[in-house]
Amino acid sequence: MINNLKILLHQRKQYLPDVTTVEVPGIFRGLPVISQEMIAEEKLEDCCPTGALSTLPVQIDLGKCTFCGECALRYPSKIKFTKEYKIATNSRERLIVKEGLKKPIHLDPALIRKEIGKYFSGSLKLRQVSAGGDGSCELELGACGNVNFDMGRFGIEFVASPRHADGLVITGPITQNMAEPLQICYDAIPDPKIIILAGTDAISGGIFADSPAVDRSFLDTHTIDLYVPGNPIHPLTFINGVLDLIRNRKEKK
Amino acid sequence: MKSISIKNNEHIALDSIPILDYQTFSDVNTALLQKENHHCVNYYGFLYLGKVKLICCIADDLNNNILVSSTLADAKQTLPSLSRQCLAFEKFERELHENFGIQFEGHPWLKPVRYAFNKNDKNSSIRNYPFFKIESEELHEVGVGPIHAGIIEPGHFRFICNGEQILHLEIQLGFQHRGIESLFLQKEKLIQRHTLAENIAGDSAVGHTTAFANLWETLCRHEADAALHFNRTLALELERIAIHTGDLSGMCTDVAYQLGSAVFGRLRTPIINFFQQWCGNRIAKSLIRAGYNPFPFTPELAEKLLQVLASFETDFEEICHETFCAPTVLGRFEKTGIVTHEQATSIGLVGMAARMTNINRDIRASHPYNFYPSLSHTPILKHHGDVYSRAQIKREEVKQSIRYIRTLLMDMPIENLDRKPLPNPLPNTFAISLVEGWRGEICHCAITDDKGRLMHYKIKDPSFHNWLALGLAVRNNEISDFPISNKSFNLSYAGHDL
Repeated sequence: MINNLKILLHQRKQYLPDVTTVEVPGIFRGLPVISQEMIAEEKLEDCCPTGALSTLPVQIDLGKCTFCGECALRYPSKIKFTKEYKIATNSRERLIVKEGLKKPIHLDPALIRKEIGKYFSGSLKLRQVSAGGDGSCELELGACGNVNFDMGRFGIEFVASPRHADGLVITGPITQNMAEPLQICYDAIPDPKIIILAGTDAISGGIFADSPAVDRSFLDTHTIDLYVPGNPIHPLTFINGVLDLIRNRKEKK
Repeated sequence: MKSISIKNNEHIALDSIPILDYQTFSDVNTALLQKENHHCVNYYGFLYLGKVKLICCIADDLNNNILVSSTLADAKQTLPSLSRQCLAFEKFERELHENFGIQFEGHPWLKPVRYAFNKNDKNSSIRNYPFFKIESEELHEVGVGPIHAGIIEPGHFRFICNGEQILHLEIQLGFQHRGIESLFLQKEKLIQRHTLAENIAGDSAVGHTTAFANLWETLCRHEADAALHFNRTLALELERIAIHTGDLSGMCTDVAYQLGSAVFGRLRTPIINFFQQWCGNRIAKSLIRAGYNPFPFTPELAEKLLQVLASFETDFEEICHETFCAPTVLGRFEKTGIVTHEQATSIGLVGMAARMTNINRDIRASHPYNFYPSLSHTPILKHHGDVYSRAQIKREEVKQSIRYIRTLLMDMPIENLDRKPLPNPLPNTFAISLVEGWRGEICHCAITDDKGRLMHYKIKDPSFHNWLALGLAVRNNEISDFPISNKSFNLSYAGHDL
């Protein structure tokens, strides 16, 4: 007993008091900024593994970006990744970062369905389905609930059964072999329900986009409520994105 | 010559691999596996001049070399099974059967491995996997998955139980299959292949990318400089610390030991946050690259890391001491999920799962690469093969890794500022790369064509061997002990399904 108390004492407080403003350590690659400097653009696209980088004008699609930083390494004066982790949004269009425009990424309030704020603002239970995810986004989604990030304090939790869930969090490019279980899981969640795509693989297929072993037809017939970019996602990107979605936080100027 | 002997990270001409008739091939390789210091690191096939060329790589852990031999077969041919003599070939033969329709006579059951998109039998579907069944009024079946209760990858577990007791567990995988080996050929840019390697198994991003980078440099006849070797070794040991610590947290969760679960869980954070400080990614994706070093390790980072490790070690030791003395934990860990030494040898376990049954099998010691020759690694061995042994190995390996990192940091190589781009890979070449990830040995094999382009790429994650061990471990256990056994192995689904 004494030992247990000692451990608690030694561990002190581990939670991040404010997950919306905390600064992440190190050189985290979040929101990129693209300058208007002129460079040989034909070589630029070549350094991107997933075709996230395109030219005329230069832009990066964060839904395809693996955040490997290769472009920033090759063209440091053209592309920089900032530590801004709030890059989740509900509009696929808003994930595209354009040359010269230094603008934060927010949710589009017009796209948030009415019932989301009404039912889920105080409590949101999510069912996670890995459909070809490599395990890294899954690790980070798990970390969202640990004592550091403590997502549970906002009433957001992962649950074991789709019957208890208000929504689905998909990771991975959606393999053929997972297409049916994913659909069954979605159908088992009671209405109203939301869908969140977590990670580059889920949003665009990432490096697996043109693999013959994936089947992304599920996404053709369902509305996506939140895109969380990253490879893997950062817990803070996920938590902030979900909070913005359910609490309908206003766009900050 | 019945096989060619090569070292880890060595390239040879493809036609220097002896092509044996199947009978000799079978005799040679099954004879090799009779010794405990030999184990099969890879056995696979690929289409070559209208035939299926089978390549078998047996590692000799005593003499630090790998014995490679080959034979030619026809698709859909019937051949006598090697598994009759050595069960370690069982999974490899199932894969060959799935990919090429080769019938192995005498194999226990040629079940599909992962329902690959390019499987030979296009009519087979993951929906109707042939499970083992026992007809009995007293027994019942429990099906779990593919989607699990937690936030983990999918796989289906089918238990046959007598009351609460598990008689048999069958594990069906393949749900995660992304066709990654084919993508290695399809995606021709080096950065794309790096990205693929990083995504093979997310918890072993460093392990798999190091295997790829070492292999690619071998194919390009490029001798990596000390700074590159240093980074890879350091990252591998950090990855080991992070995942083992996270596993200990998960194991505490599974026996409802809340304090351990919370403290081990939070102790993982400073380690992966250090990866973020080093390379901008908590899983260390984008850190390892063949032939260049996007994130050089600096003296400032070294100082930071020493601080992180100092406070980590104190807290880690404190919570370990408490956890490993708590009756509530020991009561669940000890004598649960046992794999015997005989079982482990016969099915060819690798990595931590082999070492917990007193098999001295660790690539860092037997086939050292990068900076490991200078660390003179001594593997940590346990004898009981139970959950407790696996927990002890994790605990002791974390401490060992901390020691290795401190040793590495004492003599840091200077960053090479004059790296040249890699030359093109050699034509008609076979190369093999082995890396001891935290889970066990990772094996990548590559073959190039006459123009030096990748003709075949083969990946083997340690999970490929070790999933069977989980099935054996839980026999005669209570079904409620399954989660703790599962977590103690922590095998990869994506790494297996590819």
